[in-house]
Amino acid sequence: MELDAKIPAGPIETLWDRHKFDLKLVNPANKRKYRIIVVGSGLAGGSTAATLGELGYQVDCFCFQDSPRRAHSIAAQGGINAAKNYHGDGDSIYRLFYDTVKGGDFRAREANVYRLAQISVDIIDQCVAQGVPFAREYGGLLDNRSFGGAQVSRTFYARGQTGQQLLLGAYQALERQIAAGQVKMHSRAEMLDLVVVDGRARGIVTRDLVTGAIESHVADAVVLGTGGYGNVYYLSTNAKGCNTTAIWRAYKKGALFANPCFTQIHPTCIPVTGNYQSKLTLMSESLRNDGRIWVPLRKGDHRPPASIPEAERDYFLERKYPSFGNLVPRDVASRNVKAVCDEGRGVGESGLGVYLDFQSALERLGKPVIQERYGNLFDMYERITGEDPYQAPMRIYPAIHYTMGGLWVDYNLMSTIPGLYVIGEANFSDHGANRLGASALMQGLADGYFILPYTIGDYLATTRLPKIDASHTAFRESETQVACNTKRLLEIQGTRSVDSFHRDLGKLVWEYCGMARTAEGLQHALAKIPELREQFWREVKVPGTGGELNQSLEKAGRVGDFFELAELMCLDALERNESCGGHFREEYQTPEGEALRNDAEYSYAAAWQYRGEGQPPAMLKEPLQFDYVHPSQRSYK
Amino acid sequence: MKLTLHIWRQRNAGEKGRMVRYDVPDVNPEMSFLEMLDVLNEGLIARGEEPVAFDHDCREGICGMCGFMINGIAHGPRRGTTVCQLHMRSFKDGDVLYLEPWRARAFPIVKDLVVNRGAFDRIIAAGGFITAPTGGAPDGNSILVPKPAADLAMDAAACIGCGACVAMCPNAAAALFTGAKIMHLGVLPQGQPERYGRATAMVAQANYEQFGSCTNIGECEAVCPKEIRLEVIARMNRDFLKAAVSAR
Repeated sequence: MELDAKIPAGPIETLWDRHKFDLKLVNPANKRKYRIIVVGSGLAGGSTAATLGELGYQVDCFCFQDSPRRAHSIAAQGGINAAKNYHGDGDSIYRLFYDTVKGGDFRAREANVYRLAQISVDIIDQCVAQGVPFAREYGGLLDNRSFGGAQVSRTFYARGQTGQQLLLGAYQALERQIAAGQVKMHSRAEMLDLVVVDGRARGIVTRDLVTGAIESHVADAVVLGTGGYGNVYYLSTNAKGCNTTAIWRAYKKGALFANPCFTQIHPTCIPVTGNYQSKLTLMSESLRNDGRIWVPLRKGDHRPPASIPEAERDYFLERKYPSFGNLVPRDVASRNVKAVCDEGRGVGESGLGVYLDFQSALERLGKPVIQERYGNLFDMYERITGEDPYQAPMRIYPAIHYTMGGLWVDYNLMSTIPGLYVIGEANFSDHGANRLGASALMQGLADGYFILPYTIGDYLATTRLPKIDASHTAFRESETQVACNTKRLLEIQGTRSVDSFHRDLGKLVWEYCGMARTAEGLQHALAKIPELREQFWREVKVPGTGGELNQSLEKAGRVGDFFELAELMCLDALERNESCGGHFREEYQTPEGEALRNDAEYSYAAAWQYRGEGQPPAMLKEPLQFDYVHPSQRSYK
Repeated sequence: MKLTLHIWRQRNAGEKGRMVRYDVPDVNPEMSFLEMLDVLNEGLIARGEEPVAFDHDCREGICGMCGFMINGIAHGPRRGTTVCQLHMRSFKDGDVLYLEPWRARAFPIVKDLVVNRGAFDRIIAAGGFITAPTGGAPDGNSILVPKPAADLAMDAAACIGCGACVAMCPNAAAALFTGAKIMHLGVLPQGQPERYGRATAMVAQANYEQFGSCTNIGECEAVCPKEIRLEVIARMNRDFLKAAVSAR
């Protein structure tokens, strides 16, 4: 198979405009003859389902939650970037493009990133028109803030709930199309297989989570907007339901999976307190603006923080990175936190935590100012930990937050299966090896509102699709396969719960394919994961039946896929003999301990192809070319 | 600490439900309420019993998926908190807790503590939006929104659609939910063209879904995890009334 990214030729500023003109259109009267399936109802899926409905297509939209408004995009706090340059501080489309390519540590596709930066401005306009209550200046203009170390103020926000407000905007547009009869919504329905007919994606098989019915849905094209796979680590900042099942089953039907080892770790999360812990909570990155991160200088110093004198504290980020200090990027901060904890200097009961101290900020600015800036975050911390951060320093530890890898897509967002499109976090396209803050919302909405609705039209207009229905053998086979899988899980009747396996898998992946990776560790994980997976298929216990709401069964199916994905992640991480962005291989670092890229050999996207059970997957390379932003070493000293 | 739970168990919408007693030893006060239920469920699975079904997703208090009654209070005793953000340190050793699903005609029970809140989606579909098809929007700064209006809109828009307001209301009214959306869109300049039609359609849909009428009791405001204020209901009534008398 040849990977063709279908990037148009020419100057980067003109690519998308020219490409839009070159795309074939579907006659308005013919649009209603096409049925499109959209799986996922978050920023990407929800916005595209609404837009396709507005255009006149017949859309079927699926989500596993009880309502499309629950999608995990809702939890994004910080904001959304757009190159509006409303502040006249030197921002531009080119600068946003440049920052994103560099922030991605030169492992993203330039043409895609440029388009993303171009579209960012339209997103804000669209969302304002929908009534998204963005923060405003007193004169009524839109307010911006700088975010994630950016040197310009380009982040638009709605208090600390930007993701929620953008999602509700898309959700309301979607509901309007549902009321108009353009979109049929299938809530509490989970996609369990992709159906490919004559080499083209023609539908999906789902399980109705309330009745257990296995159902086929036929369409002319399928769009996956099903989010990231951070829950492979069990503990992450993702919602509990986030999973890889949709993209994983598409992978097993022939879609390539790119850069699975590119995962992002967020440095400021509330640490784990016990083994009952079900998820990790993010504390906004903005806390690092005024908080100082430290650990005791001495190993095993268990005194309460207040009784550790200044001279016996190690403000390690300030010490190692004098110019950026506590504000170094996410990957750098996370790795350093891990390093001091590995040395045995971590704090808290588990030893996996560092202090984020506001003492000096409180002295310098006074409590009212700190309260105004971070009051809601301090309250949230207090609610979860029972400790008052105005009195004692917060404890934080890194956690998995986002996955840059995903299904490989070309410039049109189409996967290697014709007719299968992948948008938002579920694809791999725009963030390279590291995502910048406030860019995930931007990508989800760019794909959903402004890119896919154009590109999918070209496919429909230029492809002859024979009429088929759910009686087609491909659908029958998929249904049988899905039903067998369900039956198999229910019949094991072993002794251990799904969660106990998921937790073990998570620990393994976190340990060996988390913040820092080594060839030896990855090989160890590659030996251990299959063992644990076999144990899962032998000893898992799924109570209840398949013909009802059965949350254990839902989890079991997802964890089964996580086992397989975990192996691919480790393989990808082992294959990439360099450090870049979120992928840090301990063997490849500068003398100062920073990530050492190897552009000569690894300037490519690794796209993995499934070759059947028990067969090692094949790796295809999409070489990356940097004609505009020239690769350089990131330095924050 | 040790707790005694009485939990509503109901196999599906068709069958009758009942309260079942569970003793939970070894509750760690650092756990969230849902983590305590996870531990209970792990124990049930180990004993070969069916775990308690409850809705949840983000566990950060923003998705609105979780929620049930704890001793008659929606989302439990702590104000401004969803049940996923409620921690066991809010309880004490030996407490007896009764867990029940949201009870309202418009929210049929699916299983155990899980209910169907599809009626909320249909209220939004009836008019809880601004008609702004993708692509035709003017520049964001061409629409000036006074800061006080933006702040008021945001206060109302913070609703997470969990349904606690309905569950706590003796009339099972959806006034706080419906009013929050009507206010969010109604105070913004972008929302003006459809303002009165929106209020009429959304209120009509809420009635059609068999939510009750609001009698200004205020239980909804007391349990709202996002602390949406009763003001949204007053604003909804004002818009609805104005729409009714000025309809052509």
